[in-house]
Amino acid sequence: MLSYEFMRLALAAAVLVGLTAPTVGVHLVQRRLSLIGDGLGHVALLGVAVGLATRSAPVLTALLATVAGAVVVEVLRARRSTGTDVALAIMFYGGLAGGVVVVTRAPAGTPITLDGYLFGALTTTTRGDLVVFAGMAAVVLGVTLGLGRSLFTVALDEEHALASGLPVLRLNLLLAVVTAVTVTLSMRVLGLLLISGLMVLPAGCAQLVARSFRSSLAIAALIGVTVSVSGTAVSFYADTPSGGTIVLMAVAAYAVLSMASLARRGSPRHGPDAVPTPVQPVSRPGEVPSPR
Amino acid sequence: MLLSTRPRRAPAVVPVGCDSALTVRGGGFGHGRDAVLTGVDLTVRPGEVVAVRGPNGAGKSTLVRGVLGLCAVQAGEVRFFDVPRARFRDWHRVGYVPQRHTVAGGVPVTVRELVSSGRLSRLRPWQRFGEADRCAVDCALEGAGLAGFDRRLVAELSGGQQRRALLARALAGDPELLLLDEPTAGVDAASQRVLAGTLAGLAEIGAAVVVVVHELGPLAEVVTRTVTLPGAGAPC
Repeated sequence: MLSYEFMRLALAAAVLVGLTAPTVGVHLVQRRLSLIGDGLGHVALLGVAVGLATRSAPVLTALLATVAGAVVVEVLRARRSTGTDVALAIMFYGGLAGGVVVVTRAPAGTPITLDGYLFGALTTTTRGDLVVFAGMAAVVLGVTLGLGRSLFTVALDEEHALASGLPVLRLNLLLAVVTAVTVTLSMRVLGLLLISGLMVLPAGCAQLVARSFRSSLAIAALIGVTVSVSGTAVSFYADTPSGGTIVLMAVAAYAVLSMASLARRGSPRHGPDAVPTPVQPVSRPGEVPSPR
Repeated sequence: MLLSTRPRRAPAVVPVGCDSALTVRGGGFGHGRDAVLTGVDLTVRPGEVVAVRGPNGAGKSTLVRGVLGLCAVQAGEVRFFDVPRARFRDWHRVGYVPQRHTVAGGVPVTVRELVSSGRLSRLRPWQRFGEADRCAVDCALEGAGLAGFDRRLVAELSGGQQRRALLARALAGDPELLLLDEPTAGVDAASQRVLAGTLAGLAEIGAAVVVVVHELGPLAEVVTRTVTLPGAGAPC
């Protein structure tokens, strides 16, 4: 697999996306905005279509469309108006519909079809793409990790953050923009319809097992990289689409972890500060307790 | 960092010539255009513990939230440490304990992480936590009676313990003016005594405290002045 140049590039892109998307996702899940990435993916499609139709770089036009969409989302949220929900729906579906219509104006012989953006075309990653991806990933990680504490504080209690003099609106806008950048970065790897999966599912996994916000970030990033790299490898050998395979791996990780945490919850509880002691299962008559 | 030899609890530093931590003159506060409070005059000096009392709906929370700019200021002037609020930037000097009973989010959060968030107003956005910050958080946990709880998940605490965690968050910033909105609601008698002791300690080092309470309880011993809001339609 590694002897192919396109697979090496694909795996590198998978690592970048697997690392960055979940760190954004943890912040979004904390704010209970887990589906916002999906909506921004719809808006990104309009950007892609405009890029294809005008023969300009679809990644750039998608980035512009998504950032604009993200800023609108945040401004609507900050105004707390009652029509926010419907306004978001109009924007998201307007973007999707606009994308579908505009892309028909793309000149014949366009190298990558809309399908590639909807469901991911990881193996078409070029060296040039990878450099752009790396830059975007650095920006995203700089915000989600570097400013993690501020973002966390705002999400925890927006009013308290305001009363502490934190620039709440600016921080929220920054997270929105970073979400938009992540959507654009991930669209070639996962596809616009599946992006939210890699943002939110690892964060959901972390929710099950993490014992702090900090460890949630670390666990989500670890799971993100694991599923995106293994998903890419599986898609190569099983000849399946990369985006879908990666998200299915994340779903599987969630299923395994939720069963593990259910099993743990079933056992007698210990305070987290108590010294973990081995729990001896009550043995039925005639049964030898298994040695630990 | 210069702060490494700092005492565990930094004494509140009140600048010379600053004789008021909080001043409200002719204050009118409300929600949107609906006025809840009008003509509020209040001065709180360093070292004072002022209790704000009144019936439900009298606007006790609106007063505290209005002062902080969390609801509409319709009239009058609010000054922190003799600086008009619009020009006030030293928000780390002001601590706030909101009237919330629970803290919830989509991701697990430890008590230490919650309390540490109260220290953020003293740091620049990219700045890391130093030894002094960790000390302040330890002190705050102790002051709220939550020593030893720092690695527990906030979601696993009882309602009363969560209230105390919110108090600790405000204490972590070493405030010189502390505004508390019903900090004793749902908190047991022992914890109320801990709170009273903590507030007395703050006042001793020169901090000003404004506390909205329904029942004074153990706080009666530390409150130096009581302000009563008459309530809508109620006789003064």
